[in-house]
Amino acid sequence: MSSWTDYLITDSPASRRQARLGQFYRQWLAFRRNPLAVIGLVIVVALLLIAAFAPLIATHNPLTQNLDGRLLPPSAAHWFGTDSLGRDIYSRIVYGARVTLVIVLLVVVTVGPLGLLIGAASGYLGGWVDRVLMRITDVFLAFPRLVLALAFVAALGPGLENAVIAIAFTAWPPYARVARAETLIIRNQDYISAVRLQGASQWRVVLRHVVPMCLPSLIVRTTLDMAGIILTAAGLGFLGLGAQPPIPEWGAMISTGREQIFDQWWVATFPGIAICIVALGFNLLGDGLRDVMDAR
Amino acid sequence: MASLREKWAGRSVRWGRIAGRELSTVAITMFGLLLVTFLIARVIPIDPVLAVVGDNARPDVYEKARLDLGLDKPLWQQFAIYIGKVFSGDLGTSVLTAQLVTEDIKRVFPATLELATLGTLIGVSLGIPLGVLAAVNQGRWPDQIARVIGLFGYSIPVFWLGLMGLLLFYAKLGWVGGPGRIGVAWQDFVTPVTGVLLIDAAMQGEWEAFWDGFSHLILPSAVLGLFSLAYVSRMTRSFMITELQQQYVIAARVKGMSEARVIWHHALRNAVVPLVTVIALSYAHLLEGSVLTETIFAWPGLGRYITNALLNADMNAVLGGTLVIGAVFIGVNLLSDIFARLADPRAR
Repeated sequence: MSSWTDYLITDSPASRRQARLGQFYRQWLAFRRNPLAVIGLVIVVALLLIAAFAPLIATHNPLTQNLDGRLLPPSAAHWFGTDSLGRDIYSRIVYGARVTLVIVLLVVVTVGPLGLLIGAASGYLGGWVDRVLMRITDVFLAFPRLVLALAFVAALGPGLENAVIAIAFTAWPPYARVARAETLIIRNQDYISAVRLQGASQWRVVLRHVVPMCLPSLIVRTTLDMAGIILTAAGLGFLGLGAQPPIPEWGAMISTGREQIFDQWWVATFPGIAICIVALGFNLLGDGLRDVMDAR
Repeated sequence: MASLREKWAGRSVRWGRIAGRELSTVAITMFGLLLVTFLIARVIPIDPVLAVVGDNARPDVYEKARLDLGLDKPLWQQFAIYIGKVFSGDLGTSVLTAQLVTEDIKRVFPATLELATLGTLIGVSLGIPLGVLAAVNQGRWPDQIARVIGLFGYSIPVFWLGLMGLLLFYAKLGWVGGPGRIGVAWQDFVTPVTGVLLIDAAMQGEWEAFWDGFSHLILPSAVLGLFSLAYVSRMTRSFMITELQQQYVIAARVKGMSEARVIWHHALRNAVVPLVTVIALSYAHLLEGSVLTETIFAWPGLGRYITNALLNADMNAVLGGTLVIGAVFIGVNLLSDIFARLADPRAR
């Protein structure tokens, strides 16, 4: 045990891997001291576990309708009650974690690399490339995000994939901004000149040396952005433009509970709490990561 | 004397340059907005005509719509025509209301403006003091409260909060009016002049209608206000922390000024310039947030107009609404930039 910590916190790492692991370990020690950040991490890990083991955690099939048991209040048999088609709300929320996670991951996988590449290219190459790319970014930043996503889905037609495309289409500019700001600092460093003097091509410099240095601030940015993505996706689902029924999506579930809100409050209340907890988790985690990884 | 004249000439040249730069930014952003809405309308849908007339149109209606849209012309010409139409105030006809989209938007926009304005007022009047207190008591309980409110503001779906608010304050407690802008009983008492119901009611002396309208307005604007509050208080806190570390604050304290005067008079005053930008941004975002809020509260504003149009595949109305909200965004950004330049001597 102690030999492991010695290995990790040594001041003179013998290999690149040891140095990297040591840095992770130090960041983890700093992260652990922040209780709110740890709560955020626990929530996010719980979301991952619930999504992975949904069939084991759910008590009912999320799609099975039972018209005799419509709109039952929370009870021992149905922990969060049932909705207007007699489906178990608890089980639907559990499976809904999968939908939420898929949306978030798809958006991040599209937006992260795109924003990173645009920002890094813009900052590193400078000149007219920078001017054109940043102008486009500014134009997109000046747009109302949700409304633009709405118009986009309206043209593409409702559905999970189209909601993801619409959110990604409106979410990339801040990433490009962050990556560009980082790149502007990095590009004048000595080691970049060294690589360039060795004859590396511009693409090699950007992809192998600039992009990795931008990653920490981009990871922080992404985590903080996750909550916004979840809320936008839930908003689209609520308007009936995201995941289509019978997929258990939290925003759409709130929308089905809307008509019964005054009599059967549980239908809309519990999915909303789920959204709040998950968004809060990502916000707390992002705040904690920012303090650790991105001191500026 | 001559040098003074040169100075003034230099200043006006610089002002000209700044104005030119601002104008070109606005023009480019506006062009981008038009391009994106045009692409959404004409290029993304498989058949833009169907998107306008609907699935069950007769062939002659379809053909007329196709020619009206100018789809027989090349794309760049269509775009040029589109820009021309937008600038002459023609956003097409709404399928749903069978009226001009421009007229529809003129009718519904004041309701949204009313909602977003009161929301921003709530957010600013609570958010700035909260942010200042948090900055002054960094790490102590006012700071923690501000932090929790901020976190909730960034984590709660606005439409869910609206539903919960209706459930609690309208259905259970009966403190506020329900969905809609005014009770049915008062509907015909106020003739629309400005379109902003509270102003119209006050001008016509219909005070009971005014208070009924207010009871309907307060909950949706409080819901929106929470989000503005979260953002404004967080930004106020960070601006104030920066200001309180400046040397002029130490100087003011050394001179023996009261702490309250140092904080509220000296430090906050310097934080006002960036704060105005923040408030302008949050105002623009509330206009957007109203899309979801208005749906919950059956508020007859631009947001509900857009969502209704969406659900009925009424593309002209959707894009018209998008364009208007986008234009407001651009306008608000421009105004806050101009204000920042005028208010801060260093930026002149």
